[in-house]
This record gives sequence, C-alpha cells and structure tokens, in this order.
Amino acid sequence: MWIHEPPPTLTRREALRRGLLAAAGLAIAGAAPGRAQMPAPKAKSVIQIWMWGGPCQIDTFDPKPDAGEEYTGPLNEAIPTNVDGIRMGQLMPNLATMADKLAILRSVTHGVNAHETASYIVQTGQDPEDRLVYPSVGAVVSRFKGYDGAYEGQIPPYVVLTKSQGRFSEAGFLGPNYKPFVTGGDPNRNPFTVEGIVAAGINEKRQRTRRDLLHALDTLGNLMSRNPQFEDMEDAEERAYDLILGDGAAVFDLSQETDEVRERYGRNTFGQSCLAARRLVEQGVPYVTINYGGWDTHKRHFETMNQKLPQMDQGMAALLADLSERGLLDSTIVWWGGEFGRGPKVQWEEPWNGGRSHHGACFSTVLAGGGFRGGVAVGESDATGSEVAERPIHPRDIIRAIYEQLGIDPDGHMPNPRGLDLTVMPPSEGGGRLDEIL
Amino acid sequence: MNRAHTVRTALLRLALVSAVCAGLALATGAAHAQAYQRQPIPPYEYPAQAVEVTELDELVAAGLRQHGVSATYPCSDEVFVRRVYLDVTGTLPEPEAVEAFLSDTTSDKRAALIDELLESDDYVDLWTLRWCDVLRVKSEFPINLWPNGVQAYHRWIHEAVRDNMPYDEFARQMLTASGSNFRVPQVNFYRAIQGTEPRSIAAAAALTFMGSRLEGWDAERQAGMEQLFSRVAYKRTDEWKEEIVHLDPAPAQAFDALLPDGTQVTIEPHQDPRAVFADWLIQPDNEWFAPAVVNRIWAWLLGRGLVHEADDMGPHNPPVYPDVLAYLSVELSDADWDLKRVMRLILNSAVYQQSALPVSTHEDVEALFACYPVRPLEAEVLQDALVQLGAQPPSYESAIPEPFTHVPESNRTIALADGSITSQFLEIFGRPTRDTGRMSERGTEPSDAQRLYLLNSTDVHNLVQRSRIFLDILLEHEGDPLGAVDAAYLTLLSRHPTQAELQAIAAQFQAREGRPQPKKALEDIAWALLNSKEFLYHH
Repeated sequence: MWIHEPPPTLTRREALRRGLLAAAGLAIAGAAPGRAQMPAPKAKSVIQIWMWGGPCQIDTFDPKPDAGEEYTGPLNEAIPTNVDGIRMGQLMPNLATMADKLAILRSVTHGVNAHETASYIVQTGQDPEDRLVYPSVGAVVSRFKGYDGAYEGQIPPYVVLTKSQGRFSEAGFLGPNYKPFVTGGDPNRNPFTVEGIVAAGINEKRQRTRRDLLHALDTLGNLMSRNPQFEDMEDAEERAYDLILGDGAAVFDLSQETDEVRERYGRNTFGQSCLAARRLVEQGVPYVTINYGGWDTHKRHFETMNQKLPQMDQGMAALLADLSERGLLDSTIVWWGGEFGRGPKVQWEEPWNGGRSHHGACFSTVLAGGGFRGGVAVGESDATGSEVAERPIHPRDIIRAIYEQLGIDPDGHMPNPRGLDLTVMPPSEGGGRLDEIL
Repeated sequence: MNRAHTVRTALLRLALVSAVCAGLALATGAAHAQAYQRQPIPPYEYPAQAVEVTELDELVAAGLRQHGVSATYPCSDEVFVRRVYLDVTGTLPEPEAVEAFLSDTTSDKRAALIDELLESDDYVDLWTLRWCDVLRVKSEFPINLWPNGVQAYHRWIHEAVRDNMPYDEFARQMLTASGSNFRVPQVNFYRAIQGTEPRSIAAAAALTFMGSRLEGWDAERQAGMEQLFSRVAYKRTDEWKEEIVHLDPAPAQAFDALLPDGTQVTIEPHQDPRAVFADWLIQPDNEWFAPAVVNRIWAWLLGRGLVHEADDMGPHNPPVYPDVLAYLSVELSDADWDLKRVMRLILNSAVYQQSALPVSTHEDVEALFACYPVRPLEAEVLQDALVQLGAQPPSYESAIPEPFTHVPESNRTIALADGSITSQFLEIFGRPTRDTGRMSERGTEPSDAQRLYLLNSTDVHNLVQRSRIFLDILLEHEGDPLGAVDAAYLTLLSRHPTQAELQAIAAQFQAREGRPQPKKALEDIAWALLNSKEFLYHH
C-alpha cells in the first residue's frame, strides 16, 4: 500500500543510483552489444568541438592560397606546420605547431546544404529516414560508456558546454535518460554558474535547512511515498543533492586552476570551455560537447574569421597540449567539425557583401588523440576546395572510427526501446573505413 | 439510453473486445468490492464529500467489481479546483478563484466550473497544444514544416479547437486537403510526416485517426491502406519553401482497394481515394474512429488511456473497461462529434472526481482507475505556472530556419506553435519531440536534471527571492506570519495549510537562531512548496 509506508531505505537508493538507467535499459530488448571480437578500447572519452553553423574549410584546415582572391578573399596565405607537407590557414599559428597530433580529413562529404538535416547526418551518421530518429554520438556513448557501462561518476556522462544546440533531439529513440546535461552559465565568469549544481548566494547551511523544510512540508508526497512515480522522483532528488552538496561539483570550479593555465586557454568563453572539458574528462566523464556557435557566416565572413579564429586556435591548441602533457590525449578523442563547410567562392554581391554559403559537397573535419594517428591529412579536395578530388569520406565513417577507438562495435546491436533489430551504425560508405588513421 | 443507442453500444463493445477476450489482461480478483480500509485524509478528502454517480461511473464500478477493487474517496473541493484548472486549461487557479470556489455553497458548482473552463481561452491554448503534439507541428528536422507552415497549421488547429469543430469534420478536412502548405493549412497533415511515400502517410493516418500502429496490421490490410494514399503527391513552387499537396493524375481506369475493415471498394478514376477512406472512417459505427479519440481524451484528462498506450489500440491491447469506451464513443457520435460532450461526461463523473490517494492495495490501482492517477505537470504547463508565480518569462526565438521566429514574452508557453523552438527547460521537463506523434513521446519520468533545476537553478532562486507576488504577500501580511503562510499556500497549492503543516513550519523557524527574518522565511517556504509533489504533479 502506498499510504503511510516508511520512505525507501538508503540502500535501495544506492542500488538505484547506478541501477536506474540500467533499469530503463531492461525495457530495451535485445542482446548485449557484440563486443567479443572488438580489440581493447584505446579511448575513454570524447571532447567534441561542435562548430555549428558550418566552419569554412579553406580558412582553417584546407587552405587554397593559389585559388585566387575569388576563393580566398583577403585570407590568402597558408602557413607551414610542424609536419612536412601539411599547411593550415594563416589565422591558426598555434594549431600549426600541433599538426603532428592531428588527423585532418579534407574530403568529408554528404552533399546536404540544410543545417538541420546536415547536423543530423554528421552527428548520427544516419540518413534521415522514415520512422526513427537516431541518437547522436554523445547519447550513444552515454548508452554504452555511461551508467549502463562502467561509469560511476556523479557528473552526468554526457555534458554539453554551455548551451543546448537544439535542431534535433540528441537522444533520439534512446529517450530522455540519454539527453545531455547542459551546463548553462559561462566558464569565463567567476563562479562558473552551472545550472542546478552551483548556485550563487545559497550557502550549504541554507541548502540543508531548506531540504529539511521540504521533507516536512511534502504532505502529499509523504502520504503516497510508495507511489512508483514518487519513488523515482525521490531517487532523482537524492542524486541531485549528491551533486549539489557533494564534492563532484568542484570539477566546474575553474578557479582551482592557476592563472597561467587559464590564460593559456584564452580568457573567453570558448577557451575556458576547453579548460572545463579537460577537467571533465580528467574526472572520467565519457562525452563532452562544446557547442561553439557563430560559424554560419553568410555575411561579414572575413571579419568574423579575424575575430573568432584566433580564439579557436588558442583554445583548441591549449587543450591538445594540456591533454598531451597530462598523458590524457592518448585516451581522449578530440573531434572538431560542423555540419558542413562553406561555399569556397566568396559571395561579394548584395546582400552578402563578402559571405560564404553552406557547402556539404566537401569540407574538413579533424580528429586527434584517442589512439588516432596524428600528422596526417586524409583525402583531398580539388584546387578550389569545392569538390572531393580524392578519397571521399562519409561522416558515418568518422563516427564508426570514433566508436572503434572507444570499443563500441559499430556493427553491433543498437539497443532501442521498441526492440527493433538495429545496428549501431550503417555500413561504411564512400571511401570506407578510415584505415589511414586507425 | 434508447434502444438503438443500446444496440450500437453493444456492437461497438463487441468490436472492441474482439479476437482476444478483454478483461483477462488484468487479473480478476474477488467477486465483491472490498470495504474502505481507512478514513478520508484531509485536506485531500473529507468524510462529508459526495459526488453524484453517473452512467459512466456505473460502468466503471461494474469493472472494478470484477477485479475486486474498491474505488477510493471523492476528492475534496480544494483538490478538484486545482485539478480541473490544470487538466482543462493547463493553468494554475488564481488564489481568488480558489477562495470563491471553496466558499461557493451551490450544489452544482463543480459542473458550473467545468462549463466555465471549457469556454476559456486557456482551454483553447492547452487543447491546441495537445493536438499539435499528435499532429506533429514542428518546423524543423525531421518534420520540416518550416515556420510558415507551422504558423498556418497551428492557427487552423487553434481555430478548430476554439470553435469546437465537429471531430468528423476536423479529420475529414485534413485527410482530403489539397493545395499550398501556406494557404491551405490542413494539407500540412500530409507534410508533417517523416517521409512522403504512401506507407509513411498510411502509418500517420492510422496512428492519428485510428489510434493504431500500421506495422501491427496483417500484410494485406497494410497494403490496402497504403493504396488509399498512393496518389498523394508533392510539388514545389517558385515561392521559397512552398509546396503543393495534390493528387497525381487520375488513373485511366477504376481500381480496387481494401479498407482497413476488409471491405473491398472500387475507386473510380474521378474519385479521390483519400475521400473514400475518410468517408468510411467517419461513419458513426466505425470501430476505430470514435474510440481512438475518446481514448485520447480520457488519457489527457486522467493520465492514461482506457487502452494504454493510448494510441496502440487493437485486439492485442484491449481496453481496461470496454463498456466505458463503447459508451463514450456512441455518446460522441450521437452528439454530432462534439468533443466537449465527451470531456463533460468524464469531468463530471465520480471516477474523474476521485482522490489520488487509493484505498485499494491492488498493484494496478491507477490502471484500473480506482483512484485518480498522479502524473507530472507537462513541461509547458509547469513553465507557465512558474511565470504565473513571478518567474522571468522565457524568451522564445529561433534563428534557424528562416523566417526567424521571435515569440513575445506575453505569449504563454502552452500557446507556443512550434515544437522546434529551442528551450532547455522544455527539453528537461519532457516536451515531446513531435517526431512521430505518439503520445508516449511526452516524457513523464522524473530526472536528475529536473530536480537540479527546481532545487537549485538561478531561475527558481530568483523566483522565490524576487517575485512580486511573494513580496506583496509579505507587505500585505506584515506582522502576521500565519496570514502570509496561508496566502503562500493558496497561491502555490490552491488550498489552506493544515494544522500539522503550520506546526511543522513553526518548529522549523523557532529552531533558527537570531531575530526572525520574514522575507527569508517566506522564500524558504515558497521554495519548499514549489518543490513539493503536490505542486509538481496533477493529483
């Protein structure tokens, strides 16, 4: 009976703490993912720098200084890197010193020029189809490597810094338990107010007295404490308080880092997000997305590049160097890219006045760490960066490669609430498996 | 009931329980109802509270007897007023409305309030939202109606709900529509589908209007249903993102088609096969059409359908009370498809007006409707409730796709047209993605993120510290802490505090050191009530 029963015991809550998501997984029919033939995972975590809007390939990792002003605009130089034969855009001097750690994929293609559909393809590896919305990579990693897997941390296994991207439902058919935790706030401010975890102005004593008051005044909840929905809510509340009152939240306290470290990443939202991401993977969080917007440069493209690229260059280079110095780069995949690239031919006419359009025919994506081979450029675009010249790479093969490094079998069973017979990823397409970097 | 009515109800009942014997899905218990095992619990139930028993209640009672389960006590007026506001209008009652209702001594005040709320603007907004979930009103991936299509479609649905358009007409207009997505709003039914081939359309039509999953049908009937939508075609125009839904050229000769009930029909070259389907569908004795919508309405008002999942009807999944579903279905078609007729029958019933606290220990007490099933406030309703209490109104906008959407702050969240509008709050609290139109898309499971938000977010802290409403309560009740607490309870929980609650509050604050700080105390109380299950759940 639900009424007048004692509240659930701590032991039960503890059991639920790790078991809740697994219990949700019980409803998910199907065999355990086929991992028998998979080699030991090389990577433990992913930091995805999601360049949403679509960053320009020519101004970043696939420079075309000889294509003429029509294509390069004022950014008409390419700079050498620490790897012979690989050049980068002129606004990325720091990353140029890290090229030995990067796998630059220059012939990524899906041919779609609409943000929503392209975002879906690049972040799920699936073509839009009929009845199913597939989960994004973060949700899949959360499903295999989060609480259903070996992860036991207090911080949720899939964290987004700092804003949700929208556009499509990241969790897809996996459902709400696999949605990302979105921090809100700004890591470039003190304190980094992480929505729900770190609140300004409410000290621990007041948190505790309020909690007592809530328990005393939750009349209906106390009467119906054995109602299954209310039990679930109590369990969720326990876990929330573990985060609010426990020490897990310290991971977001960037003031624990020295000024030197903070300066190295750049004192801006992106730079400090990279620093927060490093702290999160250090704690074992399996998937962190930095939603880095502002790359949909239909107008004022070159002004935006001059302003944003130096920040990106500094933050990402600092992240790679710091991960490497801490011995974390080998187990952390850094994945840089957007939903597509940008039109290689500059639109000088009205109303664009120096902008670049959407371009899904050929664009660049970068992988680093996590066991991927560095110092290589895979695939080639044509002389103007317009079309794939050699070795087309479909986004799904990038995701397949990431899963391989994480020990998730891309051809294994994809658990789903409807019990359908689905595989984690569709088969390779275009040029096939990324043997060049695996 | 007249004789013809009785016969039709019986026939429909037979159809609803065909193939497998219904009633066996849940174990039947003792042949007689158990006696009440406890006393009523104020303020949720009172000994003297009585509710008139309707025809619908007798049917439910007969079902409960079969399971050997007792229904619980009627809910109190305090519970009723909050419940009916939230279920019918998605809106918290203002404290003045609560007090007026509680002090009203007329015997039909519950029925009068139901009638009043069914005519309110908030009713129109909330039920438009519910239909927009089912009809997948969303501008972006994977539905891609685009903002202009969303606005046209939403406005048409809103007007249909406002005017209480007969449900047969509502369905027929969508099913038979042709024309531009911007100019003929109803055609968006055909565009709000992931996929444009006959199979996807057939599946959407079956789900929407028959509450049935096409993939569960036998192959022959699936193929028949697909054929009925095989001539739907789409073409672009010169206007950006405009699309015309039309029929591709008529075939040279008549062809045979199969309706979902197995009837063979011949479709002449001049006939629109969609109209043949629609005309079959909206017949009063169609065994899918009325039960599907009645079951949805039941689920919207009582948290779960007589058939659960509410849109997975069919012989494999019989209703818990076939007689109730049959009765309401016949009432609907007899009332010229007036959906409010069904809502009134449910809202005025004793089964709806039960307490949420069960007396039965039966495991399926909620599924058997032996008490009112609790469930969380919908994301949009919760957001509006917080704003009503003084939270900063969210600013909704979308910079992709074009034209950009900016929603004025005065717009309520339940009135949002576009399911794609980015909102972390709505995501956290389970807004449906509107990808498939299934009722189960709306998340009802509590999550850590929800608790973090309500316990400790900037928004909620700002609400309890800065809300004009709580500051006014403090001013109005200066030096009268009991009065302030009472006002806070009325505002947040739509009732007065109990003695036990007042004692608990006194105990908490007497234990605190230093001089009393009324503002901080009220902040803490408001925060606690906001986080109580009584606030966060339909109950």
